[in-house]
Amino acid sequence: MDRQLLIYATLCYLAAIIRTVVSLRARVFRRSRVVFLSIALGFVLQTAFLSLRGHALGSCPITNLFEVLVFLAWSIALIYMLIGTAYRLSLMGAFTAPLVFLLQITALVLPIDTSRAFRVSPNPWLEFHASISIIAYGAFALACVAGAMYLVQERQLKTHQLRSIFYHLPPLPNLFSAMTRLLWFGFILYSAGLISGFFVSEPLPWTKIALAIAIWVLYGAILQSRYLRWVAPRRVATLCMIAFAIALSLLWSIEFVGHRA
Amino acid sequence: MNLFCFGLNHRTAPIEARERFVGHAQTQVLLRDLGCHEVLLLTTCNRVEIYAAADRSILSEHLAQSLRIDGGSSSKEDLDAFYRMENAECARHLFRVASGLDSMVVGETEILGQAKRAYESARASGSAGPLLHRLCQRAFRVAKHVRSKTQVTRGPVSVGSVAVDLAGKIFGDLRGLKVLVLGAGETSEKTLRALASRGVSDLRVSNRTPARAEELANQMEGIAVPFATWLEQCREIDILISSTAAEAHLLTPPLLVPVLRDRADRPLFIIDIAVPRDVAPEVNELDGVYLYDIDSLQEIASESLELRRQQLVAAEAIIDEHVVDFQKYLVRVDTGTRPTSDCPTGVSGTLRTSES
Repeated sequence: MDRQLLIYATLCYLAAIIRTVVSLRARVFRRSRVVFLSIALGFVLQTAFLSLRGHALGSCPITNLFEVLVFLAWSIALIYMLIGTAYRLSLMGAFTAPLVFLLQITALVLPIDTSRAFRVSPNPWLEFHASISIIAYGAFALACVAGAMYLVQERQLKTHQLRSIFYHLPPLPNLFSAMTRLLWFGFILYSAGLISGFFVSEPLPWTKIALAIAIWVLYGAILQSRYLRWVAPRRVATLCMIAFAIALSLLWSIEFVGHRA
Repeated sequence: MNLFCFGLNHRTAPIEARERFVGHAQTQVLLRDLGCHEVLLLTTCNRVEIYAAADRSILSEHLAQSLRIDGGSSSKEDLDAFYRMENAECARHLFRVASGLDSMVVGETEILGQAKRAYESARASGSAGPLLHRLCQRAFRVAKHVRSKTQVTRGPVSVGSVAVDLAGKIFGDLRGLKVLVLGAGETSEKTLRALASRGVSDLRVSNRTPARAEELANQMEGIAVPFATWLEQCREIDILISSTAAEAHLLTPPLLVPVLRDRADRPLFIIDIAVPRDVAPEVNELDGVYLYDIDSLQEIASESLELRRQQLVAAEAIIDEHVVDFQKYLVRVDTGTRPTSDCPTGVSGTLRTSES
């Protein structure tokens, strides 16, 4: 039953992607409620899935890589719903849906759902550490999405090739502002997650700690270099995308290491 | 009841002819004397049109005469410039006009505001009755529908509006931006005006001939700066509009790179209108610099116009639907089955009253 909910949620995100692609192919990109409603419905179904899983497990449903990916996809959708409307970046949905879809389809296709026979003993610090870290990942993912939007808009302005999407994308300063705020938001959450990790009573593998600190240093370096104006906005956008790709691959490693340990 | 439209526009008459038929204070009185129960006069720089309802057909000569400002007699050539449409075709015409499809620049939206003001004026004076009310409200609805369902109003179609749109995407808010005009030509002046209309208030003009710079600066409420300091100005400004008669590039990457170091990541938008170009194309490759020459700007404007034209079919289809619907309403009016509840507040009497 719970996997079915996830499949429906994934189909909702697919619908949002199809709507966007159809608009782009017709060269008449239009801001659409369909995209927002598809994502909203997908988010509701994801929430229902996580809720069922959580009840079944008796803990926050992030006990294996499958659940971590779904929780991350849910976090991205959550932050999009909050940020996208607050900063009038509703077009972010067109860019967010493919990322969420990719995460969920990976979770569904790969044989990584091993939770049925797996139970974790209640550990509030561990649950807080894991969930807050994944929500931070969601913010980093949205910063990556804002970075992609920035680069698309900047590329159009540089090459003078203005597609119909140009008129719907926000101005560069707005995108850059959203990107840096998301980076700070993610960084603060991630720092809280990292600190709370030291309060977890069970010993954590040193590789897991080292990789987590590496991600923290990576994002800290991006924010610091921007604060000191060492890098131009376009490079910050590129770094956001590279950093998230690295963070995502390290998340995989962390989980892999965690389970092997 | 005969609903008709009578007028001329930029396609049917030159400006000299349009100037003679702009209507005057007595036009509505004259039209009522001719037998029009309801009258609306739409006058813009590109068109003069009467929308009216009458029991009988009124001669075009008389209608033209009611618009003539000098009271003189109209020649056959004058009358040939007028068009006349009745009932459903009259509705179609107003729907097209309000949607901007009949405008000189397809899809322009100013005409909708002008049509609304014309209607408000007719309503306030009591010359618009239920039929014109229904027609106008439908026309405004059609225009909104066309605007939201098609891309016919999308994209800038002049060099000035392209510059404004690009500046909006590069800087977000245009207020507080600093603009330097290098060389005071006509296009740069128009571009400057377009930017000023969107809130840019710090305007600087630099020209080899200081008097010309002073003149334009005074016109635009800006300041003239010595030509020798224009590169120094680039440390402060956000937008550079260049249109000098220089034969070689004035601005090249080696000249600009030291300037950019002092700009702390602030983007620089360069509009090079000069032919030959004032700014080396390689400047566009520098981080944070967005260079557009006249060809790029015109190409964007042309693409927008082409996109608007492509949308015409979809827009006309929307209008067709509304015309069919309005035609049914006209039939109901003729057969006396029209509901009388659609009178706007302030419009006195029902159709029957206005017909009597």
